Amino acid sequence: MASITFIEHDGTEHAVEIEPGKSLMQTAIDNGVPGIDADCGGECACGTCHVIVEGKWISTTGSASEDELQMLDLTPERDDNSRLACQINTSEAMDGMVARLPEFQM
Amino acid sequence: MNIANLVAEKGSAIVPMPLQIKAGHLLYKAKRKAGIYKEFPEFVETTVPDVSTLAIDDIDVSNPFLFKQNRWESYFKRLRDERPVHFQKNSLFGPFWSITRYEDIMFVDKHHELFSSEPFIVIGAVPKELSLEMFIAMDPPKHDVQRQAVQGVVAPKNLKEMEGLIRSRTQEVLDSLPLDKPFDWVEKVSVELTARMLATLLDFPYEKRQKLVYWSDLAGGGAATTGGSNDTDELFRGMADMAKHFSQLWREKEAKTAAGESGGFDLISLLQSNDATKDLIDKPMEFLGNLALLIVGGNDTTRNSMSGGVLALNQFPDEFTKLKNDPSLIPNMVSEIIRWQTPLAHMRRIAKEDVELNGQTIKKGDKVVMWYASGNRDERAIDQPDQFIIDRKGARNHLSFGFGVHRCMGNRLAELQLRILWEELLARFGNIEVIAEPEHVQSNFVKGYSKMMVKLAAK
Repeated sequence: MASITFIEHDGTEHAVEIEPGKSLMQTAIDNGVPGIDADCGGECACGTCHVIVEGKWISTTGSASEDELQMLDLTPERDDNSRLACQINTSEAMDGMVARLPEFQM
Repeated sequence: MNIANLVAEKGSAIVPMPLQIKAGHLLYKAKRKAGIYKEFPEFVETTVPDVSTLAIDDIDVSNPFLFKQNRWESYFKRLRDERPVHFQKNSLFGPFWSITRYEDIMFVDKHHELFSSEPFIVIGAVPKELSLEMFIAMDPPKHDVQRQAVQGVVAPKNLKEMEGLIRSRTQEVLDSLPLDKPFDWVEKVSVELTARMLATLLDFPYEKRQKLVYWSDLAGGGAATTGGSNDTDELFRGMADMAKHFSQLWREKEAKTAAGESGGFDLISLLQSNDATKDLIDKPMEFLGNLALLIVGGNDTTRNSMSGGVLALNQFPDEFTKLKNDPSLIPNMVSEIIRWQTPLAHMRRIAKEDVELNGQTIKKGDKVVMWYASGNRDERAIDQPDQFIIDRKGARNHLSFGFGVHRCMGNRLAELQLRILWEELLARFGNIEVIAEPEHVQSNFVKGYSKMMVKLAAK
């Protein structure tokens, strides 16, 4: 199976199956990955599905829109590879991708 | 640029901040005498009519007695069903659009490029002489810079440091409550706890903490801004007093740091240690604005959620039983309380261009009010929205914190305070009984309680 691995802040790993076309946020929620709140339900309007995409995978996720960057600015744990998981559409090409969860969502 | 800002910028080095507010007050009084400002009429309470007797165009949800008399639900339901984007052309606050459905509110809140938060975010207007600069009432990019400078104080990392202190202060308050004897929950618990929290956040003199409550109530309760009962003169006097205390606090902190003491995790220490804000005191309107925003944001909101939770559990006793049987539901219940209560009923915007929304054309320059209280009861987005369900699925998806760049900065602090409160309550008391109808606040903005008599039973 093609999979993506979420790593919680404490190091716990969750490998989940990719369902192409589903957002990364929804993929995490549907697989019970803790640490993603998704308060706005995927509207790019709350910043609580913040993930840090590991290394080279950032280019596979595409680039963040201006709206997304603005929401990311509100999070204190922002990193160069920060994305909102609701804005990433998963695909088979992400097989093996690693997304780290911040200590807190805000 | 208005005079107050000019005075503030040019004169701040030599004129003390409270005097600047006083100068603004004199100017305001002179303008009122000259007829440039109209005296805002005092609200006289009359019985709010049954909404079914009104023509749709005549419905005016800015009436501050809608919440006070607890008649708001039927009014907003009618708007959601019949005219979800509704224009009221004759209110005391001027003409305004009401946005009442969840999805439309989300649209307006997200599109800051179409709907501006300037000059202010409540339905009424503030006199120019008192236009404190708050980032809640600024658009990007200025908003972003200012928010980033202060958001660290309520960021989860900082909150972790404070959790122990919040808990012990909560315990002190709860341990002092009488058993089996009626008392006012609003005064003894909700106001007291939020005052302590604000004093902690600001490292404000603890014994003077009621002042923070008073200033915040003043700032949020003006007749001309939200249909409250405070007049503008009182507001000016309060803000001058606030300026005095906060500038003193700033200077004391500065002196302590200069003497080699290490800074705390309070707001002023954080501002002073950040390059972007270390000279904030030289910009008085911005300085006061940011502090006022923090105390208003952390006052009515959490206070009324603390009271609202108790009321909700009394109105839905099965949920109280569910909670006692499973305290692990507390975090989810906290979100449900914040939705069900919606302590701030609205936020206002101004359309920056013509916008079509749900069949209506909002014109550039029109006032647009997003009624979070209504969106949180929208049957189209929320299942059984009038029911209080502590294990509701998707309880976090409520509108009370707003969405988009202005989303509530203190949301995690609010959730933390409410979670701790309920953990400590369940550890102590077997029942919290509301023994009389609560009294509601007169406002179209603050949706809350001025009095709620309760009786506690031992566990």
